[in-house]
Amino acid sequence: MTIGKNLGKEHRMTSAVSAADIAPTAYAWEIRATGLKVRVGRKRMAVDALDLSLGTGVHGLLGPNGAGKTTLIRTLATVLRPTEGSLELLGEAVGGMGEHRALRRRIGYLPQEFGYYKRFTVREFVEYMAWLKEVPKADIPAAVQRAVERVGLADRADERMKALSGGMVRRAGIAQAIVNDPAILLLDEPTAGLDPAQRLRLRELLQELGTDACVLVSTHLVEDVAAACTDVVLFAEGRLVFQGTVDELASAGGPGHVGDSPLERGYSALLQDPGQERGTW
Amino acid sequence: MSVEHASKRIIEGYARGGAGLCADEVWAVEAHLELCRVCRDRLSAAVRAGVPAAASLVDTVWSGLEPRLAVTATMPRRRRRPAPLSRWMTPAMVPWLAMVVVVTLLALLLDLSGTGSGKVSWVLLFAPVLPVLGVAASWSRGLDPAYELTASVPRAGLHLVLRRTASVLAVVVPVLLVGGWATGVMVAQWLLPCLAFTSTTLALGGVVGVTRAAVVLAAVWAAVVVAPTLATSRTAFALQTGGLPAWGLLLAIGTGVVIARRGAYTVLGAHR
Repeated sequence: MTIGKNLGKEHRMTSAVSAADIAPTAYAWEIRATGLKVRVGRKRMAVDALDLSLGTGVHGLLGPNGAGKTTLIRTLATVLRPTEGSLELLGEAVGGMGEHRALRRRIGYLPQEFGYYKRFTVREFVEYMAWLKEVPKADIPAAVQRAVERVGLADRADERMKALSGGMVRRAGIAQAIVNDPAILLLDEPTAGLDPAQRLRLRELLQELGTDACVLVSTHLVEDVAAACTDVVLFAEGRLVFQGTVDELASAGGPGHVGDSPLERGYSALLQDPGQERGTW
Repeated sequence: MSVEHASKRIIEGYARGGAGLCADEVWAVEAHLELCRVCRDRLSAAVRAGVPAAASLVDTVWSGLEPRLAVTATMPRRRRRPAPLSRWMTPAMVPWLAMVVVVTLLALLLDLSGTGSGKVSWVLLFAPVLPVLGVAASWSRGLDPAYELTASVPRAGLHLVLRRTASVLAVVVPVLLVGGWATGVMVAQWLLPCLAFTSTTLALGGVVGVTRAAVVLAAVWAAVVVAPTLATSRTAFALQTGGLPAWGLLLAIGTGVVIARRGAYTVLGAHR
């Protein structure tokens, strides 16, 4: 039912199911990349011949520093153009000089270094982002309130951003990413700066969002993936190393591999580079 | 709007569980109740009066829900206010626009006090590059902290470019108008170079980034127009009436390129 969403709009209440909700999807995967290459700078390929298909669910994007995670997420957010190969988001081919307005309305994105205006309150910031994301004007106040409540900032919503702690700012960033109810949600290091209790809450929120959206979370914390993700994408030097469930990742590692948990051992087993000695970075 | 409300019989029948009503009546009354507060109130009164079991169930649910609702901060009532200024300019642009206004006023002061180099108008000399600074500030990676978020939204692109440019011009042009009027410079003589420079900045910015484009154009302006003018104490040809068709052409080309390459403003490249 949509009653909760539409409180206060007595005569414009829509029926519970809209045509858009029951329309069949015209694509098999929310995110589908084939032979995707993205060049950063003059000659470095940060994403190199990537084949990746992601559907609904929470996908953890794991990889060492400099693996190209941020470049991949930026490309999926359509702010970087693919150099080669094809990328389809929600069935729409991305690339060329198009503006992708309709597609972008259905994407939520939290950049890794996420900037904001210090003088804005949380509500003003999320409202401004909702306006930039072309959320219909009449729906903005309710959508903003819902997003702010989901990240647990409702009681701080009318405080200025500069008065918030790092973790709260991060949550405000997540609120702006989900304000347009995205079908593809891209979060680059959302757990950075959150305390353990907040990380638990975020994992719950991710699982909730992952039931009907494609959520891609980049992280370098293996335990975040174990707790929140249905699926792991392991990425190194611009290439896909492994894609599978959390259990499959754990079973890849043996007792001889580096790590404190089965997942960490699986991670280091898959990334093991014969040339790299123990103890080096 | 005239609305027909549900009859007392139907409301009371519905309150008792709808067993005494036809299926189409139940369907109709439910559809009506969704939209009509008056009939919901009547239904609630009917439940209180005639169906104690349902009333106590509602009370139980409410008493469980109330403490959880009480701790949730509520949304403020909608304030009737004009669209926020942030839709037209980012907070990062404000100090730059203030600076542009101050520079114009200084140039005007120099012109009026006659300390300039004789017949050359400082307002005329600075007019074309002033809006370029504001436009650059609105797209600069270093000045606008939210540049990456802004680049990723559907409204990014030509729409936002034009909005921000328009707001820069809305501040700069009136100030220049006053300056031009006070010093007696013809409007077209500064307005055309001003608009031409702005559109060229945006056009070039789509390729190399708006900030870089602004720096390059300001340097070109300084080298080609400002330096010769100051050296010879004569208004450069580019700023005399004879140069106007060339500025018009530049404006047209710049605008055409911006429209043709509008997708370029939706990627991070334009924010360099």
